[in-house]
Amino acid sequence: MPLDSLIILQEGTRLKIEKTAVAGTMESSDIMVTLSPGSVGGIEIELESSVEKQFGNAIRSTIQDVLTELDVKNAHVKALDKGALDCTVRARVKTAAYRACNCDSYQFGGQN
Amino acid sequence: MDTYKLRRTMMFVPGNNPGMVKDAYIYGSDSIMFDLEDSVAVDQKDSARFLVSEALNCYDYNGIELVVRINDPRTKVGKDDLTAIVCTRKAIIRLPKTECAEDVTYCENVIAEIEAENGIPAGSTRMMAAIESALGVLNAREIAVSSKRLIGIALGAEDYVTDLKTSRSSDGIELLFARSVILLAARAAGIAAIDTVYSDVNNMEGFEAEVKLIKQLGFDGKSVINPRQIKPVHSLYTPSDKEIQKSLAIMDAIKEAKERGSGVIALNGKMIDKPVVARAERILEIAHASGITF
Repeated sequence: MPLDSLIILQEGTRLKIEKTAVAGTMESSDIMVTLSPGSVGGIEIELESSVEKQFGNAIRSTIQDVLTELDVKNAHVKALDKGALDCTVRARVKTAAYRACNCDSYQFGGQN
Repeated sequence: MDTYKLRRTMMFVPGNNPGMVKDAYIYGSDSIMFDLEDSVAVDQKDSARFLVSEALNCYDYNGIELVVRINDPRTKVGKDDLTAIVCTRKAIIRLPKTECAEDVTYCENVIAEIEAENGIPAGSTRMMAAIESALGVLNAREIAVSSKRLIGIALGAEDYVTDLKTSRSSDGIELLFARSVILLAARAAGIAAIDTVYSDVNNMEGFEAEVKLIKQLGFDGKSVINPRQIKPVHSLYTPSDKEIQKSLAIMDAIKEAKERGSGVIALNGKMIDKPVVARAERILEIAHASGITF
């Protein structure tokens, strides 16, 4: 595994999206997140949600926040939301991000 | 009376289902057990782990006792489960398929390392052990006393009956030995004993018969897999008004006897001694914890 695909959050090492990965389902209360290597530079978020008008900005913001926490600089995110709450969005983005970089060296500590 | 912890129902919730994880608290079970093990597909372990840990960090679940069943801690998946859940500081770790004391101490040592690495107070993570095999049942006594972190032991009957080379019957005769051994081991160790699930959610008559049986054996409560199973268990476990009034009369009588300096007394022609008082105290504790005012 290339060094720059490792996740060492405290040291700010960048998480590099190497492939397309999916997390989540299309069931109610879930969100299906597809993460791909970015083509334009930066984070590009494409969101479809049944509650777009009410919560679209909040969902985008959560996706952006999680990717920032993981130090992902470059990614295309496609999110199909079925009424997921904030913690579900966070969980699915994290799962997709780790999968997309072929990384299973998870960082769980320091969440409180 | 405030310290008694009700564990009449422990509701199993598949760890990779956001709707169930979100709604789990609304049904009123005494404990919620999020499952990262058998109900989660092998290729979704990472997904379920993140979902449960994020949910634990996000929701307070109205103060309901939270438990997470992890995968085998000797595997990477299980170790990752432990790290994720211990770091939330919100849930009891349920160890699956416990066969001997070393299974508990191995898991405990991993937990201790995670606590030390993440600035979590040593010993603050609690555990429970599920016994699901013939070997586990035979070692129940040593399992129950293997760690101060253990709050209880539970029977996992589906794997157990498979190990016995039999299947579950309506009267549960094949489980009687395991239930008795697990209950005795828990009581000798001073920890909780939780019974197994009843899988046929449409057979409420059979379910209630099983709850009556395990309550009579002495179990603290039952694992449930459907919200519909919660109310019948609570109903059967909640002391009746008659039991409460009788217990209050016993407590009054013993108080009066103590004031008179007398050890053994009679109430309505029946001898009241220490075990009778202890049973009355437990009934009042359960009633109080169940929200009954008297």
